[in-house]
Amino acid sequence: MAVTQASGGSGLGAASWVIAQRGVRRTLRTPQIIVMGLVQSIAFLLIFRYVFGGAIGTGGIGYVDYMIPGLLTVSGLFAGMSAAVAVADDLASGRLDRLMSLPMPRTAVIAGQVAADTVRVALILAVSTALAFAVGFRVHAGWAPALAGFGLCVLFGFAFVWMFVALGLLTANPQAAQGAGFLALPLSFVSSAYVPVDTMPGWLRGFAENQPVTVMMDTVRVLTQGEAASALLGHGAAHYVPRALAWTAGIIAVSGLVAVTRARRT
Amino acid sequence: MTPIVEAAGLVKRFGRVAALDGLDLVAEPGRVVALLGPNGAGKTTFVRSVATLVRPDGGTLLVDGVDAARHPGRVRRIIGLAGQYAAVEGAMTGRENLEMTARLFGLSRRAARAAAADVLDRLSLGGVADRLVRTYSGGLRRRLDLGASLVGAPRLLLLDEPTTGLDPRSRIELWDAIGDLVANGTNVLLTTQYLDEADHLADHVVIIDCGRVAAEGSPRELKARMGGDLIEIHVRDHAALEPAADALRAVGDVHTDPASLLLTLTAENGPDDLMKAAHALADHRAVIEDMTLRRPTLDEVFLALTAPAQTTTA
Repeated sequence: MAVTQASGGSGLGAASWVIAQRGVRRTLRTPQIIVMGLVQSIAFLLIFRYVFGGAIGTGGIGYVDYMIPGLLTVSGLFAGMSAAVAVADDLASGRLDRLMSLPMPRTAVIAGQVAADTVRVALILAVSTALAFAVGFRVHAGWAPALAGFGLCVLFGFAFVWMFVALGLLTANPQAAQGAGFLALPLSFVSSAYVPVDTMPGWLRGFAENQPVTVMMDTVRVLTQGEAASALLGHGAAHYVPRALAWTAGIIAVSGLVAVTRARRT
Repeated sequence: MTPIVEAAGLVKRFGRVAALDGLDLVAEPGRVVALLGPNGAGKTTFVRSVATLVRPDGGTLLVDGVDAARHPGRVRRIIGLAGQYAAVEGAMTGRENLEMTARLFGLSRRAARAAAADVLDRLSLGGVADRLVRTYSGGLRRRLDLGASLVGAPRLLLLDEPTTGLDPRSRIELWDAIGDLVANGTNVLLTTQYLDEADHLADHVVIIDCGRVAAEGSPRELKARMGGDLIEIHVRDHAALEPAADALRAVGDVHTDPASLLLTLTAENGPDDLMKAAHALADHRAVIEDMTLRRPTLDEVFLALTAPAQTTTA
């Protein structure tokens, strides 16, 4: 019975691991992927730190300390975007068909992809954070909450990856997936990332203040800047952290449901 | 013996279009079955149904006796799919691609390594095994893709237009590879738009049009359906057409094609009719350029059996 070992198929854990390895190899062997992700993040960091930063008032916090938590959250969002294109390309090129026709749980394809993209997002965040310290960003609330803040940035990135994987599966076309990625623009700019929301007109402010990306970045601000950030934003960590976690859980739940339903449809 | 694929009244609609419209098909094990049909005939939808990528709206589909609608997971252990595109990962080497697929089939790391090495060897990919796939030519990618569908040792290989877009040499190499697999006892269900491909590879040809089976049989049987062999006579100029046609009317129905200076008549009795035609031409002193007796091609069978007006759907 030499050939019977294949008949069982693979389990969820093993299959997800193999798919995740594929994604990580793709990232490591295609340096453009990491470079493009970093260029966006670094360009914004330098532009807002040195070009616009001097003209933007942020009350009791220095601009660099105000802006970096926003920039890191937004970097996770932008880095997540390419997951949509990768998934749509897998679909359009038949690679997803091959995987879906193999004897393994189809959710493993999603889980492995999300895991690999989260590793990529974490890499980009690590480099961006190092650069942030290099241009003058400092922690003002002790290292424990600050590390929790950086950890949350990765968690938010994980949620964004889920969102973009679901979008990639829904669009099923790399160009369309790229287009759907522009969703990230209003979410990143109409937020507290680069300017305090109270400078915006009332109608815009309502959205900017309450949308998930603002809640997430304000959480990181409070965790890395402590009292000064709480005074500026009006609330402390006890207000922001549960709300940010609720948004994160919500995004993962909805995207996960969409992605898994789509993958299991046939 | 249990048929390797058995479809009865299979229906699949996409919106208002019926891609499969009551398809009945039985594929016996130990043969290569080719699905032949124009674009939009339903070939790919059928293969995707067998691969459990499409869930039919009606009818039954058994793969090696397993109901594909009820036990898709079990069907996936039986099949290996090579779709219309080379579905291999460009950022991985050929060997890594095969090992990945083998692992997903449930093989241990060590068994996957052995299975990949075996497939690389069988498909003569050893020389490029450790190069990234994005450096491969189109033909190499397709061959590796075929390998990926094989590495789990499936009982049924599904090949959806395996040579579309390949240059002639790569096509022949892929044909040889498929031929070797068949010799080793793998069941193959393939789709193609190329009649010579079906003629070359298949024991049993199923002509599909508009989501149904239009005709089936061995290539020889299908050609025989056209009513025997054909005699073709070329003449030198237009003036020679009419006298030759007059002479041949004694033998059978003559079809005249003035543009190519060609006269065709069906030869139900093959060589006998050829002799008769030659004598008739000699008796009438008709001047001809050349004269041949040939079998109908699958092209002629195909064109006669598929309706061009209804082939617009995807």
